[in-house]
Amino acid sequence: MSLKAFHIVFIIFSTLLALGTGAWCVWVDLVEGAPIYLAGAIASFAAAIVLIVYGVWFYRKMKRLRIIT
Amino acid sequence: MEIPYTISTRPDTGLWNAKIGIWLFLASEVMLFGGLFSAYIFLRIDAAPGTWPHGLLNVPVGTMNTAILIMSSVTVVLAWAALKMRRYRAYWWYMLVTILCGVIFLTVKLAYEWPQKFEHFGAYIKPEALWKYEKYLGNQRRAEKGLEPRIEITGHLHSENAKEYEVALDPVNAEPDSPAMDRPHFFPLPVTDKIATIEKEDVERATMFLPTHSAYFASYFTITGLHGLHVLGGVLVFTYMWLPVSKKLYQRNPEHLANRVEVSGLFWHFVDLIWIFVFPLFYLL
Repeated sequence: MSLKAFHIVFIIFSTLLALGTGAWCVWVDLVEGAPIYLAGAIASFAAAIVLIVYGVWFYRKMKRLRIIT
Repeated sequence: MEIPYTISTRPDTGLWNAKIGIWLFLASEVMLFGGLFSAYIFLRIDAAPGTWPHGLLNVPVGTMNTAILIMSSVTVVLAWAALKMRRYRAYWWYMLVTILCGVIFLTVKLAYEWPQKFEHFGAYIKPEALWKYEKYLGNQRRAEKGLEPRIEITGHLHSENAKEYEVALDPVNAEPDSPAMDRPHFFPLPVTDKIATIEKEDVERATMFLPTHSAYFASYFTITGLHGLHVLGGVLVFTYMWLPVSKKLYQRNPEHLANRVEVSGLFWHFVDLIWIFVFPLFYLL
């Protein structure tokens, strides 16, 4: 597996972590009613979106540059 | 004598040698960390009710460190891509950011997170003496609410003599009957100025938050310590490839340097992937 492929795998896991952290924050907010966790959830879901956008951008760029087919 | 297959691929494997080497090494690393994670999970499953610490780590700091490691994976792959495009200057900057991310991660871990734990104190009370410390434990109320009993008093060790510990209490023991203390706090609360005196003869065991404190901290320090050593190794390798010596190799054979960066980048990604599992397991769940 090349670094490019491993990087994409890593970004997928990072995205899953961001989504999981967001869900965890929502759960803690529901249990404790602390708005700071809601802010954490929003930040985590935003991070997940950024990671997805970055992952797609990275894949397309590597393909376009033909660094690795 | 020149080392063969550092750039060109071997006919039998279809890969250059260092890539085979790094994947064999990473396979052994999967077994190493896999064993440690399995041990942690089984220790946790087997723990008696109420004895497994939860919410003792600083989630915002852990999240920040996670973001730093993810960013370093992005910069290392961009450094490698820059070399492939023969843009040494861009490679140099991306590599510098990667090194800085690794150094920041280690600094936060070693200069902030770990020392905070080393300064924290916990005393497990003997079952027959729990009633004497009811005002710090609040177990009567917890039993009425169907919650697991508290058996530990925590805080900062104020003083100690031959017979007693004096502890500046954590909020959980300063206000044990407060409903807010029924759940773990992932944003750490400061210790209070309320001092509790605990007789040593009532204590089953007392220690700072070190590996000797519990299976939780033993696992935490083992796994994060081993992970930290890997981060340090990665930073040292990246620093070598960032120094002027790498430019000589780049001028002689840029593809050789790109391959070196690729294998060290694979190692770095693996180390970061380990953290992706460490963070939820120790900090959140």
